Amino acid sequence: MLHLALFCVFGAICVAGAVNLLVQSHPINSALSLIAVLASLAVEYLLLGAEFVAAVQVIVYAGAIMVLFVFVIMLLNAGAEEKTRGSRVAIILGVPGMLIGSVLLAWTLLRESNTGSVPVGALPGPPNTIANLLFHDFLLPFEVTSVLVLIAIMGAVVLATREETPAPGERGRV
Amino acid sequence: MVPLPYYLLLSGILFACGVLGFLIKRNIITIFMSIELMLNGVNLAFVAFAAQWKVLSGQVFVFFVMVVAAAEAAVGLAIIIAVYRTRETLNVDQVNLLKL
Repeated sequence: MLHLALFCVFGAICVAGAVNLLVQSHPINSALSLIAVLASLAVEYLLLGAEFVAAVQVIVYAGAIMVLFVFVIMLLNAGAEEKTRGSRVAIILGVPGMLIGSVLLAWTLLRESNTGSVPVGALPGPPNTIANLLFHDFLLPFEVTSVLVLIAIMGAVVLATREETPAPGERGRV
Repeated sequence: MVPLPYYLLLSGILFACGVLGFLIKRNIITIFMSIELMLNGVNLAFVAFAAQWKVLSGQVFVFFVMVVAAAEAAVGLAIIIAVYRTRETLNVDQVNLLKL
């Protein structure tokens, strides 16, 4: 009962943050509500018994990735979103499309609603078990993702460096 | 005991909010954050199914999704910075040509 109450409270915070992300027009407010969503999702992971995932969610997602977002928003001095003709068209097309999609999703879920319930904390996800799985069964995907991260870092550095246009006389030396 | 469909419903709501934000938002950074929201909805479904069927692979996949999200955020934000340098705008309606 307590678990259901906790699930409901933090699920409500999740949904409220997600809706606030859509409603706010300034990107920094959207970023802060996304942080609220990520933090309450970490509590949901704790309720599911995935302690390590919850910790990584807070450290990597709410910490590192969102710091990157906030940093870029402040670096570019992003102001409030201006309304254009495109945004009206997007609302006209986007809202019904999303509604149809979510109604289909909810209908499928409710039709299959006898799938049982998740026992809380029944699946302990201690770091050593996860590490065992990650470094034995999923070793190849792990290595591939490390290459992916390396490529992403190099790509980010290449993309974000300012292109210096050399003076006409210097071109030969570069 | 929390029923599994509750978790799936929450994950579906988060995913739908992400799709809606992707469609209606015009600021390129907010569109990026909507993508992160969609990835998080999927992560919640992964962890819920992992707990339901007592298979830890679902939790391992969450880490892979996080790594991909981090790589995507790094490259995407670098692209945003590059676009802002050449166009001086973050509005996607005004970024309609790949060439300057």
